[in-house]
Amino acid sequence: MSDFMQQPLTAAAETAPPWLAQVLERGREQWRASSLPNRKTEAWKYNNLQALQQSFTAVDRHAAPRLGNISYPELPGSTLVFADGLYREELSHIDLPAGARLQRFSEADEATASQITNLLGTAVNQARHRFAALNEATLTDGVFLQVDANTVLEQPVHLVWLTSGQGEAVSVNQRLLVQLGANSQASVVETFCNANTGGTAFTNGISELLLGDGARLDHYRLHLEQGEAAHIGGVHAALAGNSTLNSFHLALGSRLKRIDLVAEHRGQGAHCELNGIYLPRGEEQVDYHTCIEHAVPHCTSSETFRGIIGDEATAIFNGRIHIHPDAQKTCAELSNKNLLTSNRAEVNTKPELEIYADDVQCAHGATVAQMDPLTLHYLRTRGVPKDEAEVMISYGFINELVDGVRCEPLRDFLKPLLARRFARNEKLTRHILEEKSLDGSNA
Amino acid sequence: MLKIDNLHARVDDKDILKGLNLAIKPGEVHAIMGPNGSGKSTLGHVLAGRPGYQVTAGSATLLGQDILDMDTEERAHLGLFLAYQYPVEIPGVSNMEFLKASVDAVREARGQEAIDSVSFMKRAREISREVDLDPAFLKRGVNEGFSGGEKKRNELMQMMLLEPKLCIMDETDSGLDIDALQVVAKGVNAMRNEERSFVLVTHYQRLLNYIEPDYVHVLAGGRIIKSGDKSLALELEAKGYAWLEDAA
Repeated sequence: MSDFMQQPLTAAAETAPPWLAQVLERGREQWRASSLPNRKTEAWKYNNLQALQQSFTAVDRHAAPRLGNISYPELPGSTLVFADGLYREELSHIDLPAGARLQRFSEADEATASQITNLLGTAVNQARHRFAALNEATLTDGVFLQVDANTVLEQPVHLVWLTSGQGEAVSVNQRLLVQLGANSQASVVETFCNANTGGTAFTNGISELLLGDGARLDHYRLHLEQGEAAHIGGVHAALAGNSTLNSFHLALGSRLKRIDLVAEHRGQGAHCELNGIYLPRGEEQVDYHTCIEHAVPHCTSSETFRGIIGDEATAIFNGRIHIHPDAQKTCAELSNKNLLTSNRAEVNTKPELEIYADDVQCAHGATVAQMDPLTLHYLRTRGVPKDEAEVMISYGFINELVDGVRCEPLRDFLKPLLARRFARNEKLTRHILEEKSLDGSNA
Repeated sequence: MLKIDNLHARVDDKDILKGLNLAIKPGEVHAIMGPNGSGKSTLGHVLAGRPGYQVTAGSATLLGQDILDMDTEERAHLGLFLAYQYPVEIPGVSNMEFLKASVDAVREARGQEAIDSVSFMKRAREISREVDLDPAFLKRGVNEGFSGGEKKRNELMQMMLLEPKLCIMDETDSGLDIDALQVVAKGVNAMRNEERSFVLVTHYQRLLNYIEPDYVHVLAGGRIIKSGDKSLALELEAKGYAWLEDAA
């Protein structure tokens, strides 16, 4: 196996809490046994892995990188902030009701440590996801959110992973483990962002979401990293009977961004809603590989991903729905739509259905289009200048998904961020952002 | 107001307009009738500058300014409005956002004062009631999932908000039931004044019972082959177009 992660592998073995040793060893063995994907690896054939051509180094655990001007959403509830993989207590606060606990692996007591070791890796298939094995092999800290049965968290739990952009070839390990007890409810927001200062960083992140019977999780994962930030990671969810997962994803592009999303329905009556937006531009790339595993009968899933790809950027979307032989009465739908705003932009989209049961409803569709000239013209006949019309159409393409974000402070953070993404100047976003005040006026 | 001289235009390498002349004075209402494929809709699209519609000869001026070299939005700022036969659906762009963007752009270009959100909403709600469109439609995507009649009312609403100088209405009556037709006619009649002109493109004399035109033109083969007053529409209703086409 390539040695581009040699230093973090060695460093983790020295600095990880002793109780994690077995987990690290398991990860190391799987990582060593696998080989780095290349253009001939089907699931990786469109990824440009050039960003991994250098050797990465985990930052010293006593370092305190300056964070400069990195903006991330400010949400009520609990927030844990990590910078270059290191916990930042002064930026974090925990506010949880009884019946919920938020702990870092590095400070776990014996009982918690044994819970974590029992749960880690139960939602993710490391034989299939080799970078999840790498994540285990370089694990030194992580976050464990545990919600007891019937407990409802009214406020979100926000996990912020920043890369400072200082130093070259910084390796960052991110790990989240969420366990929701039966009939509990929670909202979890994961935000990744960087100071786009030119320093290279490689984040290898894995989040495991374990939903108990009847549990409900609203989950958001925002990949706001840009520029030289490389990220390979994913979310692996396991859904027990009658549980509901609503998972929203957003990715701006960067040098390398490969996100795997896997939701496994393990109990009857589970429902998963997976929505996402990706917006690479310049020479950036974004890759979402999603996989919905329907392993048992009577489950439903609905998935909508939309991408706007500009300049010379590349997007990859692979949406797999796997309906196992026993999974009768499954309803699964998948839609992926792409808007190319430049002649040199590229998208590779592939819905992939594997159905081994005979009594299921399954629908999928993928489209790739350029901005409709007639729509643009229609707006212009009403006096809207061309550049503003283009911004309105682009934003309109993803608006529906943004409106579906239930966490209001998060939606308020995203709207201007996204509107500005399409506009060269502030003025072009004014009508999009004004909408709320128009809605609110009761004239 | 509008002066068109010897206008030739082609779409997809096919000549559609072949020497069209038309002069409209402020305050006049002109109806344009004619058989299918004669170029009626093309005229509106050419004047609005739709992509793919190529002017090969002739000129068109609005308020004394050559509009054929202008960008589409500049024509709108000057005062041109085309009510579409098939309005475009724009999912994800709210009708309100769209209307406010249009009104702001047009007012700004005309040097008028910007309108604040509250006054704008008040005005938009008033107009939506006037055109008998539930104000809830303001929050929906532009024309998204609207019925044919609702789309036409939405066009009328835009026209009333933008207060154009020249309104071209491309078969606004087609697909409308009688009640909706009366709503449209009422809206147009309320907007009629000495400074605003209308071009009504229609297949049916019925619309002209509600909106009385000053002139009626017959467009066939890319040219206006006959002009008259409103009685010409009645004559066409009775006799069809063949006698005119034969004569031309």
